[in-house]
Amino acid sequence: MKNAMKRLLTAALTPLFTALLALCLSQAAQAGVKIEHWTTSGGARVQFVESKVLPMLDVQVDFGAGSMFDPDGKAGLAALTRAVLDLGAGARDESQIAEQLADLGATLGGGADTDRASVALRTLSDKAKRDIALSILRDVLHQPRFDAAIFEREKARTIAALKDALTRPDAIAGKAFWAALYPAHPYGKQATPESVAALSRDDLAAFYRAHYTVGNASITLVGDLSRRDAEQIAERIAQGLPTGRPPELPVMPQALTGQDVRIAHPASQAHVYLGMPAIERGHPDFFPLIVGNYTLGGGGFVSRLMKEVRDKRGYAYSVYSYFAPLKQPGPFQIGLQTQRKQAGDALKLARDILLDFVQNGPTEEELAAAQANLTGSFPLRLDSNKKLLDNVAAIAFYGLPFDYLDQYQDKIRAVTVDDVKAAFSRHIRADSLITVTVAGE
Amino acid sequence: MPLLPPPVGCIESAANSSRKPSFYVPHTDLFPMRLKYLLTVLVAAGLSTAALANPYETTLKNGLKVIVKEDRRAPTAVQMVWYRIGSIDEVDGRSGVAHVLEHMMFKGTPNVGPGEFNKRVAAAGGRDNAFTSRDYTAYFQQIPKEKLPEMMQLEADRMRHLTVDAKEFEQEIKVVMEERRMRTDDNPQAKLFEQMNAVAFQAHPYRRPIIGWMNDLETMTAADAKAWYDTWYVPNNAYVVITGDVDHKTVFALAEEHYGGLEARPLPVRKPQIEPRQEGIRRVTVKAPAELPTLIMGWKAPILRDVEQDSEPYALEMLAAVLDGHDAARFNKKLVREDKVALGVDFGYDGTARGPGMIYVSGTPAEGKTVADLEAAVRAELARVQQNGISETELKRARAQLLAREVYKLDSMFGQAMEIGQIESVGLPHTALDRMLKKLQQVTAAEIQVVARKYFTDDALTVGVLDPQPLDGKPRRPAVATRH
Repeated sequence: MKNAMKRLLTAALTPLFTALLALCLSQAAQAGVKIEHWTTSGGARVQFVESKVLPMLDVQVDFGAGSMFDPDGKAGLAALTRAVLDLGAGARDESQIAEQLADLGATLGGGADTDRASVALRTLSDKAKRDIALSILRDVLHQPRFDAAIFEREKARTIAALKDALTRPDAIAGKAFWAALYPAHPYGKQATPESVAALSRDDLAAFYRAHYTVGNASITLVGDLSRRDAEQIAERIAQGLPTGRPPELPVMPQALTGQDVRIAHPASQAHVYLGMPAIERGHPDFFPLIVGNYTLGGGGFVSRLMKEVRDKRGYAYSVYSYFAPLKQPGPFQIGLQTQRKQAGDALKLARDILLDFVQNGPTEEELAAAQANLTGSFPLRLDSNKKLLDNVAAIAFYGLPFDYLDQYQDKIRAVTVDDVKAAFSRHIRADSLITVTVAGE
Repeated sequence: MPLLPPPVGCIESAANSSRKPSFYVPHTDLFPMRLKYLLTVLVAAGLSTAALANPYETTLKNGLKVIVKEDRRAPTAVQMVWYRIGSIDEVDGRSGVAHVLEHMMFKGTPNVGPGEFNKRVAAAGGRDNAFTSRDYTAYFQQIPKEKLPEMMQLEADRMRHLTVDAKEFEQEIKVVMEERRMRTDDNPQAKLFEQMNAVAFQAHPYRRPIIGWMNDLETMTAADAKAWYDTWYVPNNAYVVITGDVDHKTVFALAEEHYGGLEARPLPVRKPQIEPRQEGIRRVTVKAPAELPTLIMGWKAPILRDVEQDSEPYALEMLAAVLDGHDAARFNKKLVREDKVALGVDFGYDGTARGPGMIYVSGTPAEGKTVADLEAAVRAELARVQQNGISETELKRARAQLLAREVYKLDSMFGQAMEIGQIESVGLPHTALDRMLKKLQQVTAAEIQVVARKYFTDDALTVGVLDPQPLDGKPRRPAVATRH
């Protein structure tokens, strides 16, 4: 109940964080899982993993239609387009869609992050139910209504959620962090109450036609389905999509000069972020960076940041670091929250730990521990249809090789201390680090 | 309202002054256990359906219950150790100690050195964490299946041999205070929820927040945590739930090997502390920096104690599905989409708990609407159920969703272990889950109307309002007027 309320209140930010989380989780994929893949007659990419144990089916359709494609002056367009997409389509209004899905026991989810807009259907695989659920999915993808009254209502809700987010220290810090990391790149553009207020219903329809296209679509199916049915389902999904190609990517983010951003806020805790743009998906330094980051701040309770910031000094409940590779270089980030009077000390400590790590890397013992966990936990990343779906969809969307999963453990094992040091030195530079402190003293 | 799993840290100290000698009960007499699973196997064979036998259950001589749900989809497993101890068992002045002890459980034993617990789980390719709720405290590891024995050994060790070191405690209590700042003090909705419960309950321990009042955390000592551990962390106050690609007989034998030697100990009497009947509406306002006001309404409600005899909790669960089970359910359709009085509104009811029940409705008014408008609109929707009932179509829809969820839940091993653990935590057997599902399916529209009439009364209502304050001292939206 409270969670649902919080979801609403942070609606504007949620897609971004969800995206980052999904990306972190989806760094692994399937060894021994058979990913079948093909292209529909219209050019949509399709991935399929058959899993007949449970009588259910997941279908996710991804488009390069995230906020990085928001036109100038229209920040928030991608998110709002996705939000309104399934609120009325074809012959069904928004209530009929929700009611029929509920009658079938099916759910329609998805969202938009910086890179990707997704529509995800989960249904029972019983053919009678499945067929109706898929017809709803097709209508949503092919004939969204973008009804004017619903558009206005959702716009108002988005603006209210944005205004509320701008009173919260974590949201303020997050927005400031991305803005500072990407001053001249779309990743740094933030939806504001003003930019959303300026959007029109026609903007949504145009964004849909330009981005929810067959050439820009990646369809992933996981579950109780034959290859033949999967082909037919994918073909029918693809056929009704607008025609078009993937959009041009923006110019890459530029090198940064370090900056220390401080924002006042009455909260009892300061929110502290530290980082810079790092790597894109598929970058050759990916494996040394994630192996190294495990020791630095990715390995939960056994990381250096956790030991020094939390265990030894009691500065923070949560402290972490991660790389979030995106279509274009995504951020490296360290985050923590601490009593406001300690913010300066905690930030200095985190920075020192990072710079020491960049210079000296992990010990051999730490490296071995990181490799043991990252390879050993591999089966845990793939032990449900949902996890398979997340991984396979991400591999396909980002154009990673389909044997990525088979190679994963070997690539982790191959990383050396020198590889980690070299990769961190290439991507983390002391003079480029951005720090953001909200509610510090 | 469980706290989310708090991440837990490594330990510094190897002090072992607090260790009690453990007396290993010789486990020659395995007959009761063997008999039990023999019966299970026979029953299963007779009916030739594994579904009836799975999950499997046994109880060790020291009172530790072990429940195993075999799920062979992937080569992984989950171990959860649940203690029947939560904030409900705390006393004034020591609120939060259940959760603090949960943090201390990662600080080592004489057998597992400083930092070792987390290190060993990590080395095994596992993930671990823990969480504290009003009713229970639970610890878990998700691991490749072959690592299960080592995890059982680790959990058994800290069930009776924890070191509660004063220096460790001094650091960790700071971490918990930071956690409170993050979760509650700087989160206006959480603060409102905390205050609202403190007003709704006056005698029952549910009035205290799980994380504890800040001043209680400030004055808490290592001795408080140690006393908590010594009193409650015994096998006869715990149960182990394991799901995954495992054989239940092997797991039972492992449980005997690792947990079987731990000594049982009588538990203190737990007094019921029944909340006196509420006799009139209660209102509370919380001011905090925020943009939007928030409304929360809570009605005292029944709890499922007898799976067969009780009927009202089932009817309220189905009412929750009708009002808030999908995007076009009544609350969202009417209040958010049609009348646009709310940006969002939620209906929450959990029919199982150790303590008393509450129905919560919370929401945020839309631009131009006040919390009074939203409260009136919520009341109108509830009155509609009271006066006209609900339709068969709505009920049928709720049943369909319920059945589909039964399939989807099998996609998560962790979720299956959680379901078993939670039902056991309130004193109901996991074997009742199927029966509860059938009872839910049997709820009628008439029963729903009856419970709506009975429980949505002002005399049992508490209303909380978040009155948003500007961050910079400048006035923002007009003050939130409360009615009456």
